[in-house]
Amino acid sequence: MAIGLAHYLTVAAILFTLGVFGIFLNRKNVIIMLMSIELMLLAVSINFVAFSVFLSDLVGQAFAMFVLTVAAAEAAIGLAILMVYFRNRGTIAVEDINMMKG
Amino acid sequence: MIVQAIMFYVFASLAVASGVLVVSSRNPVHSVLFLIVAFFNAAGLFVLIGAEFLAMILVIVYVGAVAVLFLFVVMMLDIDFTQLRGGFVRYLPIGALVGFVLLAELLLVIGSWVAAPGMPSPAPPGGIPLTNARALGDILYTRYLFAFQGAGLILLVAMIGAIVLTLRRRADVRRQSIAAQLARGRAETVEVVKVPVGSGAG
Repeated sequence: MAIGLAHYLTVAAILFTLGVFGIFLNRKNVIIMLMSIELMLLAVSINFVAFSVFLSDLVGQAFAMFVLTVAAAEAAIGLAILMVYFRNRGTIAVEDINMMKG
Repeated sequence: MIVQAIMFYVFASLAVASGVLVVSSRNPVHSVLFLIVAFFNAAGLFVLIGAEFLAMILVIVYVGAVAVLFLFVVMMLDIDFTQLRGGFVRYLPIGALVGFVLLAELLLVIGSWVAAPGMPSPAPPGGIPLTNARALGDILYTRYLFAFQGAGLILLVAMIGAIVLTLRRRADVRRQSIAAQLARGRAETVEVVKVPVGSGAG
């Protein structure tokens, strides 16, 4: 049987859902939450590329590259913030991050 | 065709399985390693669908940079990760519920999605056969030049931001100050002592 657009979209949907699920599941661990966000961005890129190929329009792949760029920047900044936070407070538990709460 | 279908199912099932292990693994190091597996399988899917350039970029950027960065941070932070696991069971039902609803919605959308009737079916790529990288470069450097430059700017800002955030001056480490060394004059460095003959330098 031929692999169509719906197959790729289904894989991307499952991966995206896993990302959302991971954020809910690991409410205390920021690192795994960041990894879940990466998983969601990966699912979005798969969607972009699948539509781009099946509609034979290359713009989708160009934008998948921009998604990749943003994902890399987000990971770098997020992990840098995490490092600074850990250096100052000695913990990365999410529930302790409440200093700005009024 | 049948080989393609088999490869698709292999890559897709491995990607989904490693995605499950990313979010449910007990050890964050294992999570990062499964994230790498997921990225590799997504790159395999990209190759299968004909986006070779993006697949290579995915391997280089995600596996080579992002996943290694994660691994580095996980190993560098000295944290008791088992303590962070608490509440796993408590959040499981609500997370499963939200995830299930979201997945059902997405699959319903995909299942009922059809192309508009008037839409022309995608034309087979004719003319001069281009490689994927060449075709991507053709539109990236012309129509989307400003967006491309903007992406570069985002990376630059992220790089500077990460450096500024993590740079710190430690008081207990002696550093070389080249400017101070070069600015030293003769007056504060060398002292000429007149020693009377026969009395010694002491």
